[in-house]
Amino acid sequence: MSERHETAAGDGVLAIEGLTVAIRGKEILRGVDLTLEPGRVHGLAGESGSGKTMTGLAVLGLLPHGARVAGRIALAGRDLLSLPPKQLNAVRGAEVAMVFQDPATSLHPMLTVGRQLTEHMRHHLRLSRGEARERAIDLMRKVRIPGPEEAIGRYPHQFSGGMRQRIAIAVALACAPKVLIADEPTTALDVTVQAGILRLLRGLCDDLGLAVLLVTHDLGVMSAVADEVSVMKDGLVVETGPRGQVLVEPRHAYTRALLDSLPENAGNAAAATAGAEPSEGEPA
Amino acid sequence: MSPTSAPSKDREGGAAPDSRKAVRGRAARRHPFARFLVRRIITALLLALGITLVTFILTNLVPGDPAAANLGQRAIGDPAIVAQWRADHGLDKPLPQQYLVHLSGVLHGDLGQSQQSHRPVADDLAEFVPATLELAGAAILISLILGVGFGVVAALRRDRLPDHILRVTSLFGISVPTFWLALVAFYVFFYRLQITPGSGRIDPGMTPPPHVTGLYTVDSALAGQWDVFASAAGHLVTPALVLALYTIGLLTRFTRSAVLEVLGQDYVRAARAKGLPGRVILFRYVLRPALVPVITVAGLAFGSLLSGTVLVEAIFAWPGVGQYAYKSATSLDLPAVMGVGLVVGVVYLVINLIVDVLYGVIDPRVRLS
Repeated sequence: MSERHETAAGDGVLAIEGLTVAIRGKEILRGVDLTLEPGRVHGLAGESGSGKTMTGLAVLGLLPHGARVAGRIALAGRDLLSLPPKQLNAVRGAEVAMVFQDPATSLHPMLTVGRQLTEHMRHHLRLSRGEARERAIDLMRKVRIPGPEEAIGRYPHQFSGGMRQRIAIAVALACAPKVLIADEPTTALDVTVQAGILRLLRGLCDDLGLAVLLVTHDLGVMSAVADEVSVMKDGLVVETGPRGQVLVEPRHAYTRALLDSLPENAGNAAAATAGAEPSEGEPA
Repeated sequence: MSPTSAPSKDREGGAAPDSRKAVRGRAARRHPFARFLVRRIITALLLALGITLVTFILTNLVPGDPAAANLGQRAIGDPAIVAQWRADHGLDKPLPQQYLVHLSGVLHGDLGQSQQSHRPVADDLAEFVPATLELAGAAILISLILGVGFGVVAALRRDRLPDHILRVTSLFGISVPTFWLALVAFYVFFYRLQITPGSGRIDPGMTPPPHVTGLYTVDSALAGQWDVFASAAGHLVTPALVLALYTIGLLTRFTRSAVLEVLGQDYVRAARAKGLPGRVILFRYVLRPALVPVITVAGLAFGSLLSGTVLVEAIFAWPGVGQYAYKSATSLDLPAVMGVGLVVGVVYLVINLIVDVLYGVIDPRVRLS
């Protein structure tokens, strides 16, 4: 893994500054600052309700109806929050992509995998049907789906959970985005499958120079793949830093409490699980 | 090639029964939808048989003597004439035998002789059923277009003015009795405003188009008789709209709730995250799954449209099967009643079959598992 360097605001591919979100008068985010860098996995931890997912959704402008947003989300010199809808739609999927928690519900059950892999490529990159198909097969190979030529003609329900999440990741990567937001990408999966997905994410991040925001409540997952870790509580980032520092010598009392609340050695155990490379026996 | 292939041919011949069975198994696995369809068609045929039995039994359970209903005052007093009449119509035989005679007739397209029109029931039905199918078909078409359209608009504009207006009007559509609406529509649009043509299927002076399907709009279009088409379509609009209003309201409400449910799904959010244009998300991601419950309701609604035609046909003097059924039932014209029951039941079966096929077309999980 590359050497860690100090995160300086502004040199990242995506910079979130003072992000606030309120839904029906209730403040969900109260000034979130985060910087994502290419080739680095930034873990976002915190208990449920702390605003992790909202932060991810805010980047893509997918907040629930009636949400009021303020602050700045800078992507390559543009503020995503003030972008007109049409231009924001051009960023979605093309420059910033997202992987959701449950692949059983985030893939459309009535559309073939190939369709879901190619439709946004054709829209954003203006590819022909044949080119998009070629790329889809490549992507399927990249996320290690066996028999990709045949697999793109099948439907999501014909794949196992782990396979589906690999496909969802392939869908997210189709237009070669710079930023990938992964919202609890392993939470809905079996523990044995989790490790494979995390390894895949880590590898793609290294190979493609992706900036990954990994939203998870699972500190074990965090310790396995994240370079940087931010901890959120009540809509605020209370601590940010390199993984080794935040998870081993936390400065903030809340981070310490979060670590203490884990069953003993849970972090180590999960890290060991992730490193153990179990075979993914996933029948289609 | 040929000399070397001879021995292998022999071996193939020996293995043929096994491999053929395996191939058939594989084919079935590869085409589960075809198997599903075959199963559904067989079920439908069995149900059709059941319908003949039920219509036969119910018709014979009706209290009242067909002879009394069809013979004159003087004739009914003469036992010999009554017995002769009963023998002529096969009513003197035991019920099971009557059923078998009826069934074999049905299979040969013979539904018996109407005691009222003194014509074969099949001929009567061939004349009246297309008129009703045209009316009900137009009504369901209007309902699907307007109901689904309104439902989508209401869902997309949830809790805003268009939604409120559509919810109130759809409730109105569901609540208003069809016969009352038919009377009001006839009175207002034909009698007072004189903007719609009056009763019947075409203008009085016109000759019906050459018979192909029996649907005047289709037949006139096929024959290129556009003046007849205009007249037939004009006559169709008001009764079809009146008949459709209930279904429009029903489908608006079902579509609205189905679309709202789908809009909340993860895959719709995922589609937004992919930056797909709004219309692609609506048509490809939202409407397709939302149509599954809508099609179910539309299929059921078509059945109620068929029965709803009786009153609408009476008010608009539409020479359909509803009026025929009414007249046959009140005069205890048993063969005619059975014929109508059979036709309506079979139409129901066909609609259900179409709905099942549509499920498979829309949802690959039905098709492939």
